Amino acid sequence: MNEQGMIKVEICCGTTCYLLGAQSLLALEKSMPAPWIGKVEIVAMPCLEVCTNDNYSHAPFVRINGEIVGDATVDLISKKVNDLLERHVQ
Amino acid sequence: MNNGVVRMRRELMIRLIRSFLAGTIEKDIDKIPYEIRPKGSDSVRCCIYKDRAIIKYRLMALLGASYESETDESKTLREYLDDALAEKKRPDKPITACGAGCSGCPDRKYFVTDNCRGCFARPCFYNCPVGAIRVENQHAVINQSKCISCGKCMTLCPFHAITKTAVPCEDACPVGAVKKNAEGIAEIDYDKCIFCGKCFSNCPFSAIMERSELLNILNELHKGKEVVAIIAPSAQDQFPGTVGQLFSAVAKIGFKDVLEVALGAEKTTEHEAEEFQEKMIAGERLVTSSCCTAYVEAAKKHAPELLPMVSSTPSPMLYAADIAREAHPNAQIVFIGPCIAKRYEVTLHPDKVDWVMTFEELGTVFAAMNIDVMAQAEWPIPRPAATTARNFARSCGVTDAILKELEAHPELAKRGFKADVKFINGLTPKTVKMLQLYGKGKLPGNFLEVMACCGGCTGGPCSLTQAFNPDKKGI
Ligand code: SF4
Ligand code: SF4
Ligand code: FES
Repeated sequence: MNEQGMIKVEICCGTTCYLLGAQSLLALEKSMPAPWIGKVEIVAMPCLEVCTNDNYSHAPFVRINGEIVGDATVDLISKKVNDLLERHVQ
Repeated sequence: MNNGVVRMRRELMIRLIRSFLAGTIEKDIDKIPYEIRPKGSDSVRCCIYKDRAIIKYRLMALLGASYESETDESKTLREYLDDALAEKKRPDKPITACGAGCSGCPDRKYFVTDNCRGCFARPCFYNCPVGAIRVENQHAVINQSKCISCGKCMTLCPFHAITKTAVPCEDACPVGAVKKNAEGIAEIDYDKCIFCGKCFSNCPFSAIMERSELLNILNELHKGKEVVAIIAPSAQDQFPGTVGQLFSAVAKIGFKDVLEVALGAEKTTEHEAEEFQEKMIAGERLVTSSCCTAYVEAAKKHAPELLPMVSSTPSPMLYAADIAREAHPNAQIVFIGPCIAKRYEVTLHPDKVDWVMTFEELGTVFAAMNIDVMAQAEWPIPRPAATTARNFARSCGVTDAILKELEAHPELAKRGFKADVKFINGLTPKTVKMLQLYGKGKLPGNFLEVMACCGGCTGGPCSLTQAFNPDKKGI
């Protein structure tokens, strides 16, 4: 959660993540789903430093409200964010 | 582009480089296929055993070997590694068609899907030039022995009911150099191939592989040899961060110096403008650009009448190599760019450039060494190259630079001469035919710029992104 109480999605744009797919995740930043507006903040980040060991094969990584998510896809991020949004409502 | 083929290729490269840097490659390399497809894991092809076999071929290509010249299937990767590093030798051809990885995509064929409603209009039936379509039980059927694959029915059907099977490698090749053998497996005819790399980018099974010299370069650096990088102008938007930061990141790998190939492009501009002027004064009909190696090969192999009109001015890479050599007489020179054909150009000039590395390979080296471009300090570029020279990276850039250069030499204009410039932005079977027509003098224009890749070098097969901004900050 960021300072404004929004869900924070940090997309890693370090070299490893960039090469292994972060480029296509950045589409989320450009065209955010309408229900997310005002509730979700998406930012591009330098290396989150989870790629330095054997983990790198799970790049690209994102951090959603502090939780590291590997093998990230637009779909996976959307699921996680929608889950959080739902929990938020209840 | 992000897809399974690209991902696997990059992941393998990172793994290989990491293990080389850790000094454990001799012991690791034969295990890599098993680590990537361990017992019980999911396979992408029919089974994990086939997946492993193809991973081995991928690694062989990364070590510079080719599928075509494999004689002993039991030869280990360790042995290939030893061969690769034993002497300073580059692969003779930049790509290899790995028959074992080829899925033997079925021949191009049009067929009618269930979308067909057997409509009253039946434009397919009425417009097929060879009468190959009949309608049975309210459903169109194509008689394959009559069909000439013209595709008319496909464009006319209002229900998009007609589709075709594709052979991506053959469809991508501008010069018909990929053909399937008697077993239906893709092979490259190297007498026709212009090394454009389009088959490599388009095969969805990654059966066309690039033969790399990356480990040789890393090995020279590791041995403490003096190695200098010259970087193609299309580098500008390949990585997040500024160009200055990118140069610092390259130096961090261990290169002694980093230079812009655009400095060479300045010289190419000067000489090519001069050559154009002289030839026009001498009454010649046409001059074409010459910086794209794949295009020059296309002229040699497929439009020989055009060949005398190809400018004899050396490419920016060759000029830049001279500049680098002057500053560092004993260094080995590595060209870094988005191009597969440059690998071939270097085989023609082995005294100028020692090795070639692609942007994709550069990225994997950064990843393996945990070098973040954005985190680097600015590299002090002593004299940034002219914007016109940096623009060589994209279609029309060469022409722009030459026209600007000609403004400074008004001799031609004084004689009432006007440049009539034409462009070919991307080689396809159609534009290769145009080359032949230019050669025969059947098309207008007196300066022709040809780029094999659509958009110019930024659209190259080993480019990480096609974004390009020559005015980017930090350069
Ligand atoms: S695209 Fe060509 S090389 Fe690739 S699997 Fe199909 S036939 Fe084989
Ligand atoms: S000309 Fe290009 S597409 Fe055709 S085989 Fe050679 S590299 Fe592949
Ligand atoms: S590059 Fe993404 S975690 Fe390092």
